[in-house]
Amino acid sequence: MLDASEGYVTEDGRQIGGVVMEMKNITLRFGGVVAIKDISFDIREGEIRAIIGPNGAGKSSMLNVISGFYIPQEGEVFFHGKKRPQMRPYEVARQGIARTFQNIALFEGMSVLDNVMTGRLNHMKSGLFSQALWRGKAEQEETENREIVEKVIDFLEIQHIRKTPVSRLPYGLKKRVELARALAAEPKLLLLDEPMAGMNVEEKEDMSRFILDVNDEFGTTIALIEHDMGVVMDLSDRVVVMDYGKKIGDGTPDEVRTNQDVIDAYLGVSHD
Amino acid sequence: MPDSLLFGTEVVLNGLMAGVLYALVALGFVLIYKASGIFNYAQGVMALFAAMTLYGIMVGQVPFAHLINAIFGTHIHHFGWEVPAIIAIVLTIAVMVLFAWLVQQYIFRHLVGQEPIILFMATIGLAYFLEGVADLMWGSEIKALDVGLPQGGSFWIEENTQWMGMGNENFYGFFLDQLDLIATVIAAVLVIALVAFSQYTKQGRAMRAVADDHQAALSVGINLNFIWVLVWSVAGFVALVAGIVWGSKSGVQFSLSLIALKALPVLMLGGFTSIPGAIVGGLIIGVGEKLFEFAIGPLVGGATENWFAYVLALLFLVFRPQGLFGDKIIERV
Repeated sequence: MLDASEGYVTEDGRQIGGVVMEMKNITLRFGGVVAIKDISFDIREGEIRAIIGPNGAGKSSMLNVISGFYIPQEGEVFFHGKKRPQMRPYEVARQGIARTFQNIALFEGMSVLDNVMTGRLNHMKSGLFSQALWRGKAEQEETENREIVEKVIDFLEIQHIRKTPVSRLPYGLKKRVELARALAAEPKLLLLDEPMAGMNVEEKEDMSRFILDVNDEFGTTIALIEHDMGVVMDLSDRVVVMDYGKKIGDGTPDEVRTNQDVIDAYLGVSHD
Repeated sequence: MPDSLLFGTEVVLNGLMAGVLYALVALGFVLIYKASGIFNYAQGVMALFAAMTLYGIMVGQVPFAHLINAIFGTHIHHFGWEVPAIIAIVLTIAVMVLFAWLVQQYIFRHLVGQEPIILFMATIGLAYFLEGVADLMWGSEIKALDVGLPQGGSFWIEENTQWMGMGNENFYGFFLDQLDLIATVIAAVLVIALVAFSQYTKQGRAMRAVADDHQAALSVGINLNFIWVLVWSVAGFVALVAGIVWGSKSGVQFSLSLIALKALPVLMLGGFTSIPGAIVGGLIIGVGEKLFEFAIGPLVGGATENWFAYVLALLFLVFRPQGLFGDKIIERV
């Protein structure tokens, strides 16, 4: 098991840093239904961390806890070593945690460029007044933000659709625009909710490549959810496996692959 | 030029002016509807409340005077001072911002994600509540609002359009009310400012984002509550502008709140989600009803202005339910 407090080196030789985010004994209930049951794990700087599990295992709930959309009944969340007080989703976003959604939440009426621009909202500091006058600082800030946005657009290869309204794009490209918007925020932690869901093989390969490139190029810490085991194993450094709201495995892809509980959960065994 | 053509032209010009006023009210509806999906029935009452507050502050009225006197047995009605219009307007804006905050904090924050009909009912409740508060605060008598806007026909336009009669002796130039002209300028400035605000400022971008998708807006760090307070504040400001113009024209009285009903057909025409739509819709209805009254009115006994707009709106509902500029309604199967 990997639990060296100073990080570790991955198989492909990347240095992984200290703990960015730590979930401690998280329990989340909806009425009588327990979605997450006493789960703890951490996410380290620079790594690609996956949360996997069969449908209904509680993966999306966990991501929603991290991003502040759900508030757990029990447990604590530590971000950069500090205990996080109860926060609303927009406050979590302002702390530098960006996310995408399983069912894509884009601004359908805006162009691709405008969508990605909204990712910069948290970095715009100029007040209403100076913006109204459009002078000095506000103008400079706008230019800087535009540069970062253009860089992200170039990186994800969506230059050709930058002026297109999002509502006209096919599904696979929408997913990429959503990733671009999250990236534009220069997040300290990037959460991806089933980034490959509903894609064909070619689109899945593209998305995998982009996720790896993002991690490589910007050093972004990424936590992602996926139920396609094959994709996850190739992509991630460490994997948390969930089943029925409980954590049944945690470790490198190889460790997880040989874990008997994980094999049972995926292949199914009779519980008697 | 023949009399009828000249007169018809003047009717169109006056229709345009009236249309601008309708558009001003419709604008307030569009702002709130776009950003929160709430059809704000109280927009008209907000205009009334804003105009009453402005008047009350200007003449130094004591708010809730009747209530205070009834409870404490005092006889105070006025502070004994008068406030210049410009300062009173700033103070009224502050009151409208406070109102926006109260509305969001105590009503709509608790109704997020509810059915549109429930939100609509809440605004009906709000309308009657606000009407009551307005009466209690400032009294229900008719008030003559005068913030210094010029009134009466514009001699300059009359003199300089006389030549257009081309020898017609009955023609003395076009008659246009100065107040209407000012209202047109104000509306134009307001629309340009609103469009610039929503396109180029951080808060404007956030406003458009919230209008589009709540979840996505949260995920990029937008505080929905703040944006909604902002939107209601802007709508309150637009209501104040409409209240000033209408109040200067025909006095501040209860009927001011009914202009909201006139804005409805404007919205059906222009679409509930389009700022330019509100303007164009207002102009079409303004010109349409004046021309209709001029041309067809005498044949059916007049008073067509009361129903023309609604019939036009009905036709639009049947043939183009999204309005001229509204987002197209496409049902995907």
